[in-house]
Amino acid sequence: MKIHEYQGKELFRKYGVVTPRGFPAFSVAEAEEAAKKLGGSVWVVKAQIHAGGRGKGGGVKVAKSLAEVKAHSEKIFGMQLVTHQTGPGGQKVRRLLVEEGADIAKELYIGMLVDRVTQQPCLLASSEGGMDIEHVAATTPEKIHKVFIDPSEGLTDADAEGVSRKIGVPDAALAQSRDLLKALYKCFCETDASLAEINPLIVTKGGKVVALDAKLNFDDNALFRHPELVAFRDLDEEDPLEIEASKFDLSYISLDGNIGCMVNGAGLAMATMDTIKLYGGEPANFLDVGGGATAEKVTAAFKIMLSNPKVKGILVNIFGGIMKCDTIAAGVVSAAKEVKLSVPLVVRMKGTNEEFGKKILADSGLPIISANNMAEAGERAVAAVKGRK
Amino acid sequence: MSILINKNTKVVTQGITGKTGQFHTQTSRAYANGKSCYVAGVNPKKAGENFEGIPIYKSVAEAKTQSGCSVSVIYVPPPFAADAIWEAVEADLDLAICITEGIPVRDMVRVRDRMRDEKRRTLLLGPNCPGVITPEEIKIGIMPGHIHKKGRVGVVSRSGTLTYEAVGQLTELGIGQSTAVGIGGDPVNGLKHIDVLRLFNDDPGTEAVVMIGEIGGSDEETAAQWVKANMKKPVVGFIAGVTAPPGKRMGHAGAIISGGKGTAQEKLAVMEACDIRVTRNPAEMGKLLKSVLK
Repeated sequence: MKIHEYQGKELFRKYGVVTPRGFPAFSVAEAEEAAKKLGGSVWVVKAQIHAGGRGKGGGVKVAKSLAEVKAHSEKIFGMQLVTHQTGPGGQKVRRLLVEEGADIAKELYIGMLVDRVTQQPCLLASSEGGMDIEHVAATTPEKIHKVFIDPSEGLTDADAEGVSRKIGVPDAALAQSRDLLKALYKCFCETDASLAEINPLIVTKGGKVVALDAKLNFDDNALFRHPELVAFRDLDEEDPLEIEASKFDLSYISLDGNIGCMVNGAGLAMATMDTIKLYGGEPANFLDVGGGATAEKVTAAFKIMLSNPKVKGILVNIFGGIMKCDTIAAGVVSAAKEVKLSVPLVVRMKGTNEEFGKKILADSGLPIISANNMAEAGERAVAAVKGRK
Repeated sequence: MSILINKNTKVVTQGITGKTGQFHTQTSRAYANGKSCYVAGVNPKKAGENFEGIPIYKSVAEAKTQSGCSVSVIYVPPPFAADAIWEAVEADLDLAICITEGIPVRDMVRVRDRMRDEKRRTLLLGPNCPGVITPEEIKIGIMPGHIHKKGRVGVVSRSGTLTYEAVGQLTELGIGQSTAVGIGGDPVNGLKHIDVLRLFNDDPGTEAVVMIGEIGGSDEETAAQWVKANMKKPVVGFIAGVTAPPGKRMGHAGAIISGGKGTAQEKLAVMEACDIRVTRNPAEMGKLLKSVLK
């Protein structure tokens, strides 16, 4: 789960990671109010969306007067902010963060995640802050420093100080940087974060280390023990179809193609998408109905797939193990009838009670195209959709 | 021959009194030699009772002493599953197979760290995996037994139903399997492709291996390098997720392309460079394997 920058900074402050002072604003008036409350003479107005690259897209502006705070807020609030992470349609800005301005002497990068190979938390640090860190990693990997953290020891003083020195934190600020990194690690662990990123972490002209940005993602599997984090969820930032799917315990991701697919199992679902592509088509979604699909779940899955207007055909691929093919077939038939299916439907089912399932499909009176294997299913789905163009 | 488990393996089920545990204990017990393999269950509150004749003990340690079990299968719900894994490790079993899906990563980091710190010998398979089967001998997990056939091809995969797909294709072509292993789709897990390939390499009953991967991480690449340097048997492969966009988690917690790393194309390229024959068509995994058999 992702949260907004201002929410991330709230968490940071709770753990002792220093951030600029600031307030979230849900309207232009609130933004002006926030600036007044902050005082001073320089403010930053920041669009709050879950995607990165906001500055480049025009979603972050410096204001030197209250009038400028108002002008920038009016411009940013409600805009469709397009960044390299939002897709061409952009994301509507519904929340702002107004912060006090900062005197930046140096911009650094800090990231934290769980390394899959060592199975340990890993601190990433670089002197090249404020930039696209993937670009830094690709072009100058020697500028990225990694510290693997033994979970039973935690981040040590020596490691936190050592890596701070390597990325150019001045001597006078080393102690503060050490404390900030240790606070970040504590925050990362205690919130079950899957990613914590500060880009940039700045050194101010006055020699203070401050987190100018905050990106936190959390492990969905751990949310059951973090109701306080679930409260941060912003449904406006999520795909409505993905939200609907999650209510039925379906794993659904919208894609750009026109063939909807419903599959049991994540690996088989990806392989089915790949097969569609292999035969010259494009999948409209990833959809894993899971191991215990019921007729209700299948119906919900059909409705979700079909509410995407791009869908011109559906491919169902089920390897029935625990799940029986006849149960799925009955679900597919009732779903197709209930949603008055008007696009071609290709079904491939294999495994337990396969023949029984096929008979249910054949006897349904629906124009279901049957396929005996994945290749045939992919080929037929692509052909059926092309025939309709 | 086979790897990890065979008809003489004695199994304890952790979470035997839950709905999932009961269902899969029943089907696994009904498969091949299952009746004599499933010897114990664990539930501290129901110690002394039994599940359809399988005695329930208060702990894995007690189950081991009383029943002689050496392998555990875990169906315990996610919040308690990491502790269940540790219980099996502490009881010094040979192998713990964790089927449970949805365990927090931090819990897995802790239990893996403790296993390494204390130099424990217990192997872990999973979590979030279908389990392991040695066809016509023993099935431990949630895979459909009837699609398997005894034979000499090893199967290792991160995904459940895609493993069944590969096994189904092999069986249809008349090619049996020595052992089929699902290592699971989580980012922090136990046995990886490389570990299972090592076992297949040393197993005289395995002639060739199908290795199935998916986007995310670099385990397939690491395994491929090892195959190039050490594997004495042909390996064929498939990677799911060529069409997966970056930054989107494809169902499995571990199936995500992040920072431009872990793409299917990259994995396929490394595998090919390491003399692993790959297909981009998942319907042809069986045929491809057949083409490399002597």
